[in-house]
Amino acid sequence: MPTLVSARKKAASGRNGRSGPELIFGDLWPYDPAPETADPKLKPRYELFINGEFVAPKGGKYFDSINPANEQKLAKIALAGAADVDAAYRAARRAYETVWSRMPGRERSKYLFRIARLLQDRAREFAVAETMDGGKPIKESRDFDVPMAAAHFFYHAGWADKLEYVAPGRGVAPLGVVGQVIPWNFPLLMLAWKIAPALAMGNCVVLKPAETTSITALKFAEILQDAELPPGVVNFVTGAGETGAAVMGHPLAAKVAFTGSTEVGKIIMRSLAGTGKKMTMELGGKAANIVFDDAPINQAVEGIVNGIFFNQGHVCCAGSRLLVHEPVAGEILAKLKNRLKVLRVGDPLDKNTDIGAINSREQLAKIHELVDSGVKEGAALFQPPCRLPAKGFYFPPTLFSEVTMSHRIASEEIFGPVLSILTFRTVDEAIEKANNTAYGLSAGVWTDKGSRILKMSTELKAGVVWANTYNKFDPASPFGGYKESGFGREGGRQGLLDYAKLI
Amino acid sequence: MVCDLMKAGQSASLRKLFDEIGPVDCVGIEERVAKYATRSIKKVAKVWGLKTAVSMLDLTTLEGKDTPGKVASLCRKALRPSDDPAVPSVAAVCVYPSMVRHAKKHVAGTSVKVASVATAFPSGQAPLKTRLAEVRAAVADGADEIDMVINRGAFLEGEFGEVQDEISAVVEACGAAALKVILEVSELETYDNIRAASFLAMEVIRAGDFIKTSTGKTSLNATLGNNQVMIEAIRDFYLDTGVAIGMKPAGGIRTAKQSLQFLIAIKETLGDAWLTNKRYRFGASSLLNDLLRQLEKEKTGAYQAPYYFSEATESY
Repeated sequence: MPTLVSARKKAASGRNGRSGPELIFGDLWPYDPAPETADPKLKPRYELFINGEFVAPKGGKYFDSINPANEQKLAKIALAGAADVDAAYRAARRAYETVWSRMPGRERSKYLFRIARLLQDRAREFAVAETMDGGKPIKESRDFDVPMAAAHFFYHAGWADKLEYVAPGRGVAPLGVVGQVIPWNFPLLMLAWKIAPALAMGNCVVLKPAETTSITALKFAEILQDAELPPGVVNFVTGAGETGAAVMGHPLAAKVAFTGSTEVGKIIMRSLAGTGKKMTMELGGKAANIVFDDAPINQAVEGIVNGIFFNQGHVCCAGSRLLVHEPVAGEILAKLKNRLKVLRVGDPLDKNTDIGAINSREQLAKIHELVDSGVKEGAALFQPPCRLPAKGFYFPPTLFSEVTMSHRIASEEIFGPVLSILTFRTVDEAIEKANNTAYGLSAGVWTDKGSRILKMSTELKAGVVWANTYNKFDPASPFGGYKESGFGREGGRQGLLDYAKLI
Repeated sequence: MVCDLMKAGQSASLRKLFDEIGPVDCVGIEERVAKYATRSIKKVAKVWGLKTAVSMLDLTTLEGKDTPGKVASLCRKALRPSDDPAVPSVAAVCVYPSMVRHAKKHVAGTSVKVASVATAFPSGQAPLKTRLAEVRAAVADGADEIDMVINRGAFLEGEFGEVQDEISAVVEACGAAALKVILEVSELETYDNIRAASFLAMEVIRAGDFIKTSTGKTSLNATLGNNQVMIEAIRDFYLDTGVAIGMKPAGGIRTAKQSLQFLIAIKETLGDAWLTNKRYRFGASSLLNDLLRQLEKEKTGAYQAPYYFSEATESY
């Protein structure tokens, strides 16, 4: 007779509340530092990029861009005022009327292919610049941000000469000049998401990068010059909120596209109401990552970690609310704790770093504030022991268990490496809890049962539902939200149509 | 009739076990192990990893043409892989049963163990009685460790009880010798099956025994993916029962770089307690010279020509 598991299980004391067997994640084999050493080729000062040239801001003002990993200054960035934004729009309008909208799609396509290839050629340099400017681990900028940005240009280059097929039975035409404002979490990738479809459709662009992460956009302008993109087709104006408001509110903007917080999105929509401008909004999220008891648990744990700690949790679709089926809640929490012990927090330029620096002092303060609220409201906090660098903005990976729907950390977007864990008992309860939020950007479902995946993806009010995986992106796959996570799609045919008028 | 019912009962309870241990998601496993391959191991960490990998080797020769002479040269290489005294001996030499007594002559009294494949390796297609007799003979000749193969036919037929009973019988025949249970993962095909077979074996073997990926005689051998499925099974079993089972990937690991990736998987999944040859082994032969070459390179800054390293180990 084979011995069954039960006899030995009783021998282990873990289940009875006494401490059971533990794994040791110690210092037996520490990894040596493995810094990425490619030269990011930064300039000490970056100007505005208007009409194909780098020009000084009319107000003559500059602000500093710092490296969040060590708080050192990286470069001076030009501060664009209303007059600069206006010059950018005029250049874009001129380019739109005289060159870009008249150019056959197959010619536009060649520019997009060229941009994609030039970006690939300089991939390492861009990855290092992105990591220094934003704080994300080099392995992510190297393996995700830069290759995906190039992939978006390749994908849309393929569309540019096939636009007659993008809306079957209808023709499409460009809108004109589009104003775009992008966030600091994926600076280069969000730029690609915005610019590539706009250009493929024949629009011209005025884009404002986030104030803390302008550098890769301005380096990208060098690529546009190398690609000999006609002057004015793409213009970059840098600055903070005021510059953004000028970009969104300019009368020459036929459409505005915004990715950022729900709060700012609402302000923009209020100010643009009645102007007739088309809008696309990609705003915040508080995604539910739902794990059923029949899921592949070890891979689910990996997916949960990937869902919340990718890019320090600075991801609008981060799986920040974990909903766990009660029968496996204890097991998953225990496994997550062990997994967190081997996450490496530290210098973003080290190739072995899993969690890099928080993007800014302000964001770090916001994370601290929300984590403190979680502790005060009675949730159970877990942080693995880890040494954080003395300088720079860092936050350890954090789990909150015993969270309920009324906790602030269960409803507000933290935008940091903080996971709130809630439990559920039935499928209906999971759906209800997942949808009980103002947001609706993304969700994850982990189960071995195919029919349940289909049911969940129908019932969940989220723009993207990942099944047995998380944070998967592809240029061909539309991305966007429900409810206060915004509207409009980016990527795929749907994303392209958001930059067109149907005729 | 009664016997049939009992058999059905056994299989039903084992199926329940499979439900309990849960499924494996293939895409998730591949994604996890891809991250090990991006780890960058430099300088001191690299040298430590390379030396540790040497100390975990089961230096293997499993060929029809093996002779006492070939085994002798393998044993000398096992005892002293390099002129550099800082390079440790390997963990064991792994040979066919008929070569055990020859191997034993050379390594007796040293830290190097003699491991013998048995149970009609690699197919296992012999009567149980014959397979057990082979195990006993190898142990009697001085084998410290036995590498057995599971009955994959019975597993794929759903006769899980039979598979487990046979492993139990081999445990008994081993006596004091340690046992390594070869799942032959490429014949089990799916990660679900590999996880299930791992538990099946771990239920009946002893703390300090091993589960092992493959014989090295089929098309696909050890990969980071099936290594990960098995070490996660070992981890889950350990956390549940407190019984620490060892792991041995075998076949297909030829470069030092690969072996470091397997060690990274161990460090980040099972932790420091498994970074020892008591709980982790590599079944390989040509790997050794690449490890030595890399160690030499770390020391001198230059790669040496292959003919600087003695060739005792050209087989799998």
